[in-house]
Amino acid sequence: MMKLTRGDKMLQVLIYILLLLLGFVTLYPFWNSLVISFNTGADTAFGGITFWPRSPTLDNYEVVFHDSRIGQAFLVSVLRTVVGTVLSVLFTAILAYGLSRQELMGRKYYMVFCVITMYFSGGLIPTFLLLREFGMMDTFWVLVIPGLISVYNMIIFRTFFLGLPAGLAESARIDGCNHIGVLLRIVLPISGPVVATLALFTAVWHWNDWFSASIYINDPKLIPIQTLLKQILNSNIVTDQLQSIGMNAAAQDRQAMMKSVTTKSLIMATTMVATLPIIMVYPFLQKYFVKGVLIGSLKE
Amino acid sequence: MVVPALIFILIFSYLPMYGVLMAFQDYQLFGGFFSSPWVGLKHFEAFFNSPDFWTVMRNTIVISLLKLLFGFPAPILLALMLNEVRQMMFKRIIQTVSYLPHFLSWVIVGGFVGSMLSTDNGSVNMLLMSLNLTTEPISFLSVPEYFWGILVATGVWKEIGFAAIVYLAAIAGIDPHLYEAASIDGASRFKQIQLITLPCIRPVIIIFMILAVGNILNAGFEDILILATNPILRDVSDVIDTYVYRMGILNSRFSYAAAAGLFKAVISVSLLAIANKAARKMGSSLW
Repeated sequence: MMKLTRGDKMLQVLIYILLLLLGFVTLYPFWNSLVISFNTGADTAFGGITFWPRSPTLDNYEVVFHDSRIGQAFLVSVLRTVVGTVLSVLFTAILAYGLSRQELMGRKYYMVFCVITMYFSGGLIPTFLLLREFGMMDTFWVLVIPGLISVYNMIIFRTFFLGLPAGLAESARIDGCNHIGVLLRIVLPISGPVVATLALFTAVWHWNDWFSASIYINDPKLIPIQTLLKQILNSNIVTDQLQSIGMNAAAQDRQAMMKSVTTKSLIMATTMVATLPIIMVYPFLQKYFVKGVLIGSLKE
Repeated sequence: MVVPALIFILIFSYLPMYGVLMAFQDYQLFGGFFSSPWVGLKHFEAFFNSPDFWTVMRNTIVISLLKLLFGFPAPILLALMLNEVRQMMFKRIIQTVSYLPHFLSWVIVGGFVGSMLSTDNGSVNMLLMSLNLTTEPISFLSVPEYFWGILVATGVWKEIGFAAIVYLAAIAGIDPHLYEAASIDGASRFKQIQLITLPCIRPVIIIFMILAVGNILNAGFEDILILATNPILRDVSDVIDTYVYRMGILNSRFSYAAAAGLFKAVISVSLLAIANKAARKMGSSLW
């Protein structure tokens, strides 16, 4: 261990303080929202809720879990995340595996064909109109199909596949396995960390995406939880503003009906429901995605 | 087996590129791309001459420059600080915590920001009032002067930890002998950061700098849509992307919006090309 001078020690102390501050600033909004979600809304309105609930309650969650809209939206999000992630990782892996094979004629050109789409795209409006002309508006699949193949993920997969020993696939081929079989039974199982990373990123994207549903979906049965939350939040910001101007709109009356639950406490409970699934997985996958980020950013 | 995937890319990525042609047409809803009348540069002229043009351009450039100025060095600083931490447990906890916001959606982050800054007992206002810095709660998200600051700070908050991963890895790759030699020569930790760590991760910093410059017109989209819900903010919040969204999706001026989007795409790609050329001169290139 190297010796530390006095200046070094002061630097160390400063760094620890700054990092603790950063940790606090990062966690506090989350913690505060969690606390508010477990506090009665009426009490929260008096203010002063920071680190601990003052009048603890599960009412907010009871309302959230009984709200059929939120339940339905949660279900849509889960379904979309599972289906979207499985299909996307599978199809992206198939393309990457194909493009990693030496015997594929013209694979350089196919690569260029794919990579171009990373830099050029039709943009929001033509894509929107195209999906609309396909009649995909207001379908579940509009949430899954357009993002099915991710060129970025494909490149990460391909880089990894190229590093695998060639003899592995060859021996399986000789044993009578077809390409799909080789991919599913041999290549993917030994690509565990990469699959885990890309699946995590894809799942996070699907879980968090609110925008595509907000433009492609009107049917309330197909709205994912994040999009629903966005709608609820917007209506809240409006009431917040009305309040600050001094106009008490009809929304206030509706709130008065539910004694302890307010829009704010309800929003915080919904936010927690929409956040927890991700918070629960990412620390476990941390060691994988750190590696995944590095493959994606440095090798290309 | 790659053919279906390639056809898929053809349909969902290349067909919209063809659809860009609608910027030169008066797009008709029922005719589609193929039977709409051609109108040349009409929509581009309309965009350049509209009073929105300069507002949108200014916001796009200022917001992305601010994001670059604050968002770019922040993760490097974090990585340098984490590298100085000797307690592995502490380091790991701070790292895990710092990644957290990256995994939250903008809707949720927007909810947190709204809740923190709320005039209705938001934590920031409570703090300011208890310190007697203000007597009345400030409605932060309705004051145009505060918007850029909030936007940039939120962006840094969300991505600082995740962006630091690459720099941490680069730092981990530095030969420890260099530090030993320097400390024998009497260099303080601060000097070592300055003379060893920073020069060693310079190539990585340059690559990310280039990527950032190529993205300069991507001032933001989701974050602005989420944080700037109050129309009062439009003068400072409207960037090309949100403008395209508002004109195209909300007002159904498809051809006009497509023209604005195409204008942005052309400039972005040129910037990326210029940035890459500059990078090649410095010895590292993207393609």
